[in-house]
This record gives sequence, C-alpha cells and structure tokens, in this order.
Amino acid sequence: MNMAVQAINSNTKGVAQNTYDAIVIGSGISGGWAAKELCDKGLKTLVLERGRNVEHNKDYPTATKDLWEFPHRGNMTRQFLKDNPLISKAAGFGEDTAHFFIKDKDHPYVQEKPFDWIRGYQVGGKSLTWGRACQRWSNFEFTAPARYGYGLDWPIRYEDVAPWYSHVEKFAGVCGNKDGIEAMPDGEFLPPFDLNCVETHVQKSIKQHFPDRHLVQARWAHITKPTETHLQLGRGKCQARNLCMRGCPYGAYFSSVSATLPWAARTGNLTMRPFSVVHSIIFDEQKNKAIGVRVIDAQTKATTDYFARIIFLNASALNSNLVLLNSTSQRFPNGLGNDSGLLGKYIAFHNYRANVRGEIPGFEDKYYFGRNPTEPIIANYRNLHQQDTDYLGGFTTFMGAHRTRGATANLTEEIGAAYKDALSLPGGWRVYMYMQGETIPKESNHVRLSKTEKDQWGIPLLVTSVAYDDNDEKMIKDFLAQSTAMLEKAGCTNIQQHDSKQAPGLDIHEMGGVRMGHDPKTSLLNKYNQLHYCQNVFVTDGACMTSTGNQSPSILYMALTARAVNHAAEEMKKGNL
Amino acid sequence: MNRREAIAAVAYIMGSTVVGAEVFLSGCQRSSSDETLSFSENTVALLDEVAETILPSTAASPGAKEAHIGSFIKTMVTDCYEEKDQKIFAAGLDKLQEVSKEKFKDNFQKLSAGNKHALLVNLDNEAKSYQKSKKEDEPNHYFTMLKQLTLLGYFTSELGATQALNYLPVPGRFEGCIPYKKGDKAWAM
Repeated sequence: MNMAVQAINSNTKGVAQNTYDAIVIGSGISGGWAAKELCDKGLKTLVLERGRNVEHNKDYPTATKDLWEFPHRGNMTRQFLKDNPLISKAAGFGEDTAHFFIKDKDHPYVQEKPFDWIRGYQVGGKSLTWGRACQRWSNFEFTAPARYGYGLDWPIRYEDVAPWYSHVEKFAGVCGNKDGIEAMPDGEFLPPFDLNCVETHVQKSIKQHFPDRHLVQARWAHITKPTETHLQLGRGKCQARNLCMRGCPYGAYFSSVSATLPWAARTGNLTMRPFSVVHSIIFDEQKNKAIGVRVIDAQTKATTDYFARIIFLNASALNSNLVLLNSTSQRFPNGLGNDSGLLGKYIAFHNYRANVRGEIPGFEDKYYFGRNPTEPIIANYRNLHQQDTDYLGGFTTFMGAHRTRGATANLTEEIGAAYKDALSLPGGWRVYMYMQGETIPKESNHVRLSKTEKDQWGIPLLVTSVAYDDNDEKMIKDFLAQSTAMLEKAGCTNIQQHDSKQAPGLDIHEMGGVRMGHDPKTSLLNKYNQLHYCQNVFVTDGACMTSTGNQSPSILYMALTARAVNHAAEEMKKGNL
Repeated sequence: MNRREAIAAVAYIMGSTVVGAEVFLSGCQRSSSDETLSFSENTVALLDEVAETILPSTAASPGAKEAHIGSFIKTMVTDCYEEKDQKIFAAGLDKLQEVSKEKFKDNFQKLSAGNKHALLVNLDNEAKSYQKSKKEDEPNHYFTMLKQLTLLGYFTSELGATQALNYLPVPGRFEGCIPYKKGDKAWAM
C-alpha cells in the first residue's frame, strides 16, 4: 500500500481531531443501525462509507419518473451490458436503478469459482436496493446446525434476539399479520398488504391439502400506517407504486438513507465520511486492542487514520472478511482476531435457483387496485422438528399471483384494431413460487486475499471460492416437486418448473466467514458479535452468520447490531472496553 | 426476481399470446462489436407505418404512429440489439418491402390500409410458425422482433400507458381483491 500516511500518528492534535468514541465501517443496512444506536447512546460516531453520499430524496434521480421518460424503457444498452456483464444481472437492476449499483471495472475481484458478487457502494449501501422481506428467524434455525450436525451451534437462541427484533421492527416499520406460526415467529407489525383474490384462493387450498404448510401475508419493511417515530423522520405511508429500488420519495420502505442515518444525524453525534475506502483496522500491540481504522480516500488516494474506543465492522459480509484479513499485525499475522485460522471460511448463501409458474383458470371478474410492493410467504415446512428429507436445511417460498394483460384468446388475427383493443384489457391469471433455500456452511467455501492482485487503492483483491453442493441440488428437486404439487392442488394448469442455474452470489445473501460461536477455536465472534481475541471490534453484518437459515437475513442483522451496540455501551460504562 | 425474470415479466404482462420476451434477453445481451445500424428518416417512417398497422388508432386510443414507435424502435435496435440481431432486423425490413412489391406492386407505405393489414397478418403467421419450429440457438424472426418492440414501445409510451391502458402513477393504496367490470382497461405497469 501507499505508506504516505498523513502525519497525524505523530501529532497529538491530529489524533484528537481524528478521534471519536466509535467508528462504524459501512453505511448499509447494519452500519446504519450501528450508527443510530451508537449515536442514541451519546457516543460520538464516525461512519465510513467507501461510496458517494446519498441523501434522502435529493439523490433519488429516477424516483418520480414515468416509464416513458427512460429512453430504453428500463433496459440497459448493449454497450453497458458489454462493460458490466456482472452487475447487470442483479435483481431489480435496470435503467431506473443502475445508479445504486457499482460498475464492474471499478471493483474487480477474483472468481476462483463462479460467484456473482453484487455491490452497491454509496451511503445507504444495498439498503437502498434490498428485497425488504423481514421474517424473524425461529429457534428451528438457531438450533438446526447443532441438532442435525451440519455446522456449529449458534451461541444465541431466538429468546436472545426477540426483544431486539421488536426494537428494530418498531423503528424500521414492518408490515405483516400475526399468524402464530412456529417456524416464523410473529413480530411488531404494521397492517399487512392484502392478498389478492387468487393468492387467497391458493392460501386456502394449501391449508386444505397441506395442513402443516402456511401461506401468509408479506412481512416486509414498508410503512402501511406511520407511527409518531416514522412521522418525525418525514416518513410516510406506502403509496403502492412498487418502484422502491429507485429510492422512495415517501420514505415508506426502510433504508439507512431514509431512517437510521437521518435519525443518527439528529442526535448531533454523527459524522459521515463518504469516499472512505477502509484499508484495515489498526491493532495496538501494547494496549492489546484495536485503536482505529486506516482509510484511503477514494478520490485523492490519501491515507488517514481515525481512532476510536470501539469499532463496528459493517462493510457487507465479504468486505468485512476482506477488511479483517487485511488487518495484519505481529500479533495477528493472518488477519485480525484470526487465531483459529477460520477467518474467511464457512461462506454460505441462499439458494434462489428454482421457481415454478402456472396459469389458473377463472377469477375473470376479479382484479386489484395499486401495485403491491410485497410478496406472500410460505413458511419453511422442511426439517423442522426432525430431519424429514434426504437433505439438510429448509427453504422459504415466496409466491404471488397476478393478472396478465391481453384478452386475445379468441382472436384469429393478432394484428390491427381488435388486437390492440384486446391488449388493453386484462387477461388470465398466473401464479408463481420461488425458493429461498438454506445452504450449508463448509470450510472449503471460502474467501481469501489475492497474493498478487490489488485494487486501485492498493488493497489486495478478494478471491471467492464458493459453490453449490449436492445438498443444494436435492433441495431444488424437492422445492420443485412440492411447489408443483401445491399449484396443482390449487387448480393451476400449464405448470412450468425452472432452474436458473445461476451462480452463487446473485442471491445477494452471502454470509459467514466471521461466524459467531461459543468457542474461539471454532468461531471468530462471541455471542455479542465481538471478536473473541479483539473485544472492541464488533462484526454485525452478514459476515457474522454461523449458518444461513432460510429466512431473509437483513432484519436479523439489524437486531444483532442493536443488541451488540447495547452490549458495547454497557461494557464501556463498566470500563471493560 | 432477477433481471431476466423482470424483463420476462414485461412480456408476460403484455399478454400470453405475445411471443419474444427472449428477444430482449438475447437482443440486449453483450455484443462482440460496437458497430451499429443506421436508420434513415425513411426507415423510421416505414417503422411507424408498420407499427400503426399492428396497433392502429381506434375509437378507444391513439395508434402506434402517434406514440412515435418508429423512433423508439430505432433507439432500441441501435442501442440494445447486438450486431447479429441488428442485421436480421435490417434485412427483415428489406424483405418486408420485397413482399409488399411482389404482392401489391408497391412500397409498404403506399399500400391501402387493408393491404397493409393483410400483409402483416401473413407475416405474423409466418413468424409465429417459424418461432414455434426453430431451434433454441437459431435467430428470431425479424417480424417477431418488430412486433415485440412495437408492443413494448406502445404500452410503455405516454399515450399507450395513459390512454390504451389505465395508468395511475401514484395509486396511494393497495386493494387486493376488487370486482372487475367487463370492458375496463388493464392497469399499465
């Protein structure tokens, strides 16, 4: 790296100027929460973000555009796709959202095995473009790896996280219905989005034919009925436009930019520093703890050190691994806190490869009003109380039904006035289901630093070595068979099964590498997300995950972050940090 | 939902009889060349006429020509299609004129509305049976491309979305199950 570190290390005034109570690395969904909670505790907090600043509304350039204002109506040009084959595959990527994703050439990495690493580098990170599903984990997920012997026991249980789920749900705004399902515990919900008439029909059919399976209304981070807290931030009710990923002008879906960061800023304790690429966490051998963070300015490439008593690492799962691996010292030659040698290992992800689609006759006299930004959920029904399949883990099923456009079935000619008028009318209904499957963390699935290649800031490139296994293939088969059976029972016709064969990573649910656990020999973090061997560093993004479960992870990261900040603040008061 | 599915969903909402979602998938894929096709004013005018024949002005809504679909198609083919699809498209327009001259002794633009319609109905049937029997890696029929672009362009244009369809930029609420009265227009995206 460029060793021209600014002279602040030897200059007390400089150190004072660059010293905070806490530093948060990353401003995405978990970093935003770390910032909010730390600032609420009265701690002067510096948030480092490698990308540009994004302010609510001011920096949502496409939020109020109509479709016809996009020259390619949402599609990207041939040249863009040629230059960006990777990022353009991302869910929801298009002409209207491209500004919230990286460009491929700016941020290279090494794919030892195919892995589509999707990134959005800006203040708010991927919280601007996330899927927004917010189901709670159940104890089935916290206990399954130990019960079935496919991984490490989590050092926490549902009861440890439940109050923190409540804490973050109330602030973020999560809609949903209390359904009383053991595999998907209820939360602090705002009113849910309706099911449409076909979704209600499928729900009833599943209940009748598969009594242990439950299709419920979406549990999604949308404000359906703002509370005083939401209104204070200028956040309002969802207007059912379903254009969330452009940035919501109503602040109706939860993002760091609309909620946690402005809240943190109001305390007067927040300092945001965009364009700050983190090189490493600085470990002090004498003090036997981390003392700060080395930052390279994204634009000028100048290096600056910032100091703090505690550090929250929320750079996104794989980047948090990268930062720790690159934080070497005499005490930690293999990466900060990495005495076990397991840093970067046990990377896992969610399996989204399979979906089924079908048509459903009837319901011609029914329609809907507005555009639903959510999707109903079938809670996991596999391997709960005991292992009842030939694979490990479970899957969440998301589903939906919509009415097509075009009442063209009886036309003999599909050219001309009658055709055009028929296309202006609604057509038949279709139903789909897709999987979000648990994958099994394995030591061989790992990331590490390249020994030869560096990025434009002189930081080693990340090497990804992550792949599917036989367990994933078996789960896909089961998902396809079961989902097809549910659609058949509901009366669907022309059912089609599909396996996208997409590479890992495209799920954007990469997890692990800095997993939590009881034992420092087999894990990097303790039950409060502290590095076992460097206790003033907390990792609370996807990197901390011991297993992947099958539920959507973001709300868990939020809860774990708030819980870890609370612990950190208590320990600071006691003088332990 | 990934990008492929999202694009497929556009076609899907356009009606089950509309083939060619895959045109966008293959059409907007990366290209080995940066060469692009040039569209003369005359070509754009021809595209407008073809598009108007596919989606003419009716009592219910204005036609494709008024929505400037010719210039939309020019933009899409130029910016999004890869070279091999651009070539098929360009050669296809020549073929269309040849058929017009052969059958009706004149350029497409000069034909009567009835003859334009008859010609495109034939082409549409030809394209449909070609698409049905072709192997996956064989190129798409040019008329399938042309028709798909016409539908996409029209129903996402301001005129198409707001007059041929029912467009609410800010619905304000979601109601899952409401009665549908026969004849009411479908929601725009």
